[in-house]
Amino acid sequence: MTATTAPVHTEPAAEVRAPSWMLMARSFGSVLRRDVVVTGKDLVAFLAQVLLQPFFFLFVFGKLLTGLGYTSHDYASLLFPGLVALTVAVTAIQATAFPLVAEFGWTKEIEDRLLAPLPLWAVAAEKLLFASLRAIVAAAVMFPIGIGVLGSVPYRAAGLGLLVGVALLGSLVGACIGMTIGTFVPPTKINIAFALIFTPLLFTGATQYPWPSLASLRWFQVVTAANPITYVSEGMRAALVPSIPHIPGWVCVLALLASLAVFGTLGMVGFRRRAVD
Amino acid sequence: MVDSAINLTAVEVRQLVKRYPKAQTDAVDRLSFGVVHGEIFGLLGPNGAGKSTTIGVLTTRVRPTAGQALIAGVDVVATPRTVRRLLGVVPQRNNLDRSLSVRQNLLFHAAYHGVPKALRTRRADALLEQFALTDRANDKPEYFSGGQNQRMMIARALMHDPTVLFLDEPTTGLDPAARLFVWDRIRELRETGVTIVLTTHDMDEAAALADRVGIVDSGRLLALDSPAALVRGLAAGATLDVAVEPAGESGTARLLDRLGDLAGVQRCEQVGIAGAVRTIRLHITGDAGALVARVAAAIGDVGGRLIGVEIRESSLEDVFIELTGRRLR
Repeated sequence: MTATTAPVHTEPAAEVRAPSWMLMARSFGSVLRRDVVVTGKDLVAFLAQVLLQPFFFLFVFGKLLTGLGYTSHDYASLLFPGLVALTVAVTAIQATAFPLVAEFGWTKEIEDRLLAPLPLWAVAAEKLLFASLRAIVAAAVMFPIGIGVLGSVPYRAAGLGLLVGVALLGSLVGACIGMTIGTFVPPTKINIAFALIFTPLLFTGATQYPWPSLASLRWFQVVTAANPITYVSEGMRAALVPSIPHIPGWVCVLALLASLAVFGTLGMVGFRRRAVD
Repeated sequence: MVDSAINLTAVEVRQLVKRYPKAQTDAVDRLSFGVVHGEIFGLLGPNGAGKSTTIGVLTTRVRPTAGQALIAGVDVVATPRTVRRLLGVVPQRNNLDRSLSVRQNLLFHAAYHGVPKALRTRRADALLEQFALTDRANDKPEYFSGGQNQRMMIARALMHDPTVLFLDEPTTGLDPAARLFVWDRIRELRETGVTIVLTTHDMDEAAALADRVGIVDSGRLLALDSPAALVRGLAAGATLDVAVEPAGESGTARLLDRLGDLAGVQRCEQVGIAGAVRTIRLHITGDAGALVARVAAAIGDVGGRLIGVEIRESSLEDVFIELTGRRLR
């Protein structure tokens, strides 16, 4: 047998023998870089996917209907923070749900990263971080688009901290919701799942109306209070247009932290279930 | 943690059990074997025998129900991250990154494993060359043939210089030329000292590549040795098929009696009829060539007419049949 004569080869090559944390950081960075490179190759598709819907929302509801006299100019400044919130949440959800369904379901592309010397949670965390990054970029681009379509958008330097905080939290919550959907829903059911989850999520997130104004429609107010996107929308209003009645900023932050804990746990459980048999 | 005795073993599986949720039986049932550094070890068995599950456990993707699995002395369940640095995996199903080019697939894989930039560029160039992928290096693997995908996956798995390379059904679905190309590369790898564990349901592949073969069925290890020793271990080492025209009604029965009594013939049976010609298979021990003359004489003694003779050496397939009573495919 050749086994006894072949050189014994038991250790990783010297170049790869770095301290564990450094290897992990390098590995995590490379996985993140992979996603950035792939998105960079397809930048036009990314921007179209992210921006087309908010653009038409702004144009029709903010500009067209106001111009025709059906809505007041105030509605545009109420709608804009809501649309930024919606863009943040929806972009983040899509950025984890769709790739995870595909990668665990049929392309199996994620396997090479699951075999990297990274803990499973770090591979999942990279997905969340990258989805959140996409969502933040999409939200940022909403401002120049808003200015282009509406002429001006509400902005307050004093609200900047809350704006950034709510956007970050909202993007992470969205990414965790996406990971939960992407890992619990079987690939064959993803279309129906999206129809059942996405449409209600879109219209119960206090995007197109301020939440306190729903007091007269109590049941709907309760329903919307269960949607995490509501707290992103209301937090954005607290930051940008505090004159409109809104849920206090600190309540929004707390509600988003709670959502993050719930969906973060669910997402991680789902990810682990799919990653290891 | 790693004593020298264990360290001689590249892969060690001890009493491994895996039962999937809701399954009635164990996919892997108290499996134990060891793989020595630098050898090519083959797990041979039919589909569903538990080969891929075993590879799954060894590559940290399947959690065992019971038992232990070690790579170079390192426990795969306790320290999966350390183990992943030691192993390269070529899965049964294509899992290449379709958003990246061939070269990027290799480079990113190495980067995930922390291989420094200069080194990974050098390795990628060398492996692209070795696996005849240099002229496709900048293409995406979307429209690649099965053979190209397989070559790419093997090259990718080697980018971080693994100690043990796992190949799950490496040539299933490949055309003969692509299969020979992959076989040659696998043999080349042995020369570099990489330990190779491959699964296959193809006995020719196991016989052609493996230093040792473990035969598995229904999650259990039935036999483990070199292909030659497994075949030698069979009660009959070869078969001799004789085509005969027997004399008269009872000719066949008399022939079977007479041939079965010959020294060196373990048993014999009729396996075919074509017109007046009967094919009789003799399971024999010892040298088949030396027996032919005595067989011919014996046939003459009972008035039969010898028409043809075919000698066939036993193969791993016969080993499998003897162990399970079934054919491999």
